[in-house]
Amino acid sequence: MATLPPSSSAYAPNARGYYGEFGGAFIPEMLYPNVEELRQNYLTILADPDFQREYQLLLRDYVGRPTPLFEARRLSQKYNTRIFLKREDLCHTGAHKVNNTVGQILLAQRLGKTRIIAETGAGQHGVATATVCALMGLECIVYMGSVDMERQRPNVERMRLLGAEVRPATSGSQTLKDATNEAIRDWISNPVDTHYIIGSVVGPHPYPDLVARLQSVISEEMRKQLLEKTGSELPDYVVACVGGGSNAAGAFYHFLDEPAVQLVAVEAAGHGIHSGHSAATSVLGKPGIIHGSRTLLMQDEDGQITEPYSLSAGLDYPGIGPLHAFLGASGRARFISIEDEKALAAVAECSRLEGIIPALETAHALAALSQLGAGPDEVVVINLSGRGDKDLETYLKYADQLRQY
Amino acid sequence: MTNRIHQAFQQPGKKLLNVYFTAGYPTLDSTVPVLQALTAAGADLIEIGMPFSDPLADGPVIQQSSTVALQNGMNLRVLFAQLRDIRQSVPKTPILLMGYLNPVMQFGVENFCREAAAVGVDGVILPDLPLDDYVAEYQEIFRRHNLRPVFLITPQTAPERIRRIDELTDSFLYLVSGPGTTGGANTQAAGVQEAYFRRIEAMNLRNPRLIGFGIGDQASFRHACQYAEGAIIGSALIRALDGAADAPAAAAHFVRSVLA
Ligand SMILES: Cc1ncc(COP(=O)(O)O)c(C=O)c1O
Repeated sequence: MATLPPSSSAYAPNARGYYGEFGGAFIPEMLYPNVEELRQNYLTILADPDFQREYQLLLRDYVGRPTPLFEARRLSQKYNTRIFLKREDLCHTGAHKVNNTVGQILLAQRLGKTRIIAETGAGQHGVATATVCALMGLECIVYMGSVDMERQRPNVERMRLLGAEVRPATSGSQTLKDATNEAIRDWISNPVDTHYIIGSVVGPHPYPDLVARLQSVISEEMRKQLLEKTGSELPDYVVACVGGGSNAAGAFYHFLDEPAVQLVAVEAAGHGIHSGHSAATSVLGKPGIIHGSRTLLMQDEDGQITEPYSLSAGLDYPGIGPLHAFLGASGRARFISIEDEKALAAVAECSRLEGIIPALETAHALAALSQLGAGPDEVVVINLSGRGDKDLETYLKYADQLRQY
Repeated sequence: MTNRIHQAFQQPGKKLLNVYFTAGYPTLDSTVPVLQALTAAGADLIEIGMPFSDPLADGPVIQQSSTVALQNGMNLRVLFAQLRDIRQSVPKTPILLMGYLNPVMQFGVENFCREAAAVGVDGVILPDLPLDDYVAEYQEIFRRHNLRPVFLITPQTAPERIRRIDELTDSFLYLVSGPGTTGGANTQAAGVQEAYFRRIEAMNLRNPRLIGFGIGDQASFRHACQYAEGAIIGSALIRALDGAADAPAAAAHFVRSVLA
């Protein structure tokens, strides 16, 4: 079944939500009943045939799945390898985020919740949450850092049009981490009627596992599509950008136990890994606790969480999901980090060579192509996590630079 | 082994005022003078907040004080240095450290406990430390240093879990008054909160109880004291310190206004 894991996987969390030393549920008592309710019910609900029927139907008729696996011939020519793009940008609302929100809204309904909260960085998860709330007629409140509200304005308007309330997070760096803090505080204050639809494979157990399962439809489809197009279900590389890690988790999921497939996670290096303005958690992070999860975390020597930086609002998270921390530590996944400039160049390249304007987050994955070292006979799948419409304002700002590439 | 927390609760009929303030707030060096002023004015227990960049369980007032304290340069090393001689001026009042797990983890749990015990700290409150992890990894270390953990209980905490928390506790239980972060107003319908307090009282738990969150003045303090051995005030004290020219005087004035 679509969202059930390979049960023997070495990469599934244990009963307490640990992937190796990463994961767990470090939450104040005020959140315990909610998180525990979710933990006790999520696997049963996901496996329920009635849930599956409704989820699959919505994925097909509402989200527009399966998304195509497109062979990108001009990019392939340029990099002298065989490149496929998994077109999550063609999902309703323009990114992979909706795979998760469709599943979680059905889950919330089965838990009897009537009020939905979410955090958002780039606004894609906020839009995806506002969308399913409109669909189901549920109240929706989205927390967004005030800096992000500025740089992702079209998405703020989209959420409002969909009937959601967007509340600015004004503490800290006023970006994704702070929006997540505010969402968690809201949940603490509304412990009975509210479900928190977290937007990535982060947060306390069972969220990382829940979101990974709901996104795993990406790699499930990839396998079938690859078989059709290449004669093998297995590519040589799967490449995805990592903010919290949900599109990467979905793209990696059904390849985790296939050691022949190289998994490549691409982080945002911002102005450069060691510039002091970066979001490359796998390099700069140490084990620590953020948003209820023990994972790699950007922090100072006193354990205070530091502010990440990336031009892209969806990648500037100071942690990564515990699954990814484990994939990095165990050597299963390779981590690459890409600077703002290189991501912008990849925006221009993908737009001109393939006629697809990618999201700035996604462009980081595309930019990793030059570092992969993939050979002419190898197959590379890039998870095209989202489309670039939301980033037009940023692209306009760098228009001269983009023209030069 | 007994410690000062037990002794504080050995005064039959006395209702205890536990006050929280953030270390290094309003100024880096105000920690000790504020603490001394609070105890001199009659506070029965002291919680010193260890500031954290991302205090999930705290409302805007304590968040803001934490941000200021961090900007002032507060960290655990500085705090332990400030508290080095505290037991000379404040011999009896229980002192607890309250904060989040990550800074403690980075300091090293064993180191943290050793330093805390050395300066005369009696208890530790880490709201994001899971019970199971406490039992598996920290209980033994806490015991060795005679440090008492304090755990939170909320209106949603299930009875079996309350029993388990009571079993693991040898100090007091921290009853969170209602849903919300620190400093929030009580928005529950009339009688709901009281029913919750009575329900916990009727469980005949082995530890005494203090009620916290949303207590901010004499009236709310006295109300809470009807249902427990005392109450905890944090955000209202921080507000009283905000902008005060003489922080220790403002702290003392605040405590007297609650106890008057
Ligand atoms: C298009 C797109 N890709 C990637 C991300 C990063 O999130 P994640 O790492 O959870 O996939 C975002 C987040 O907003 C996004 O909008």
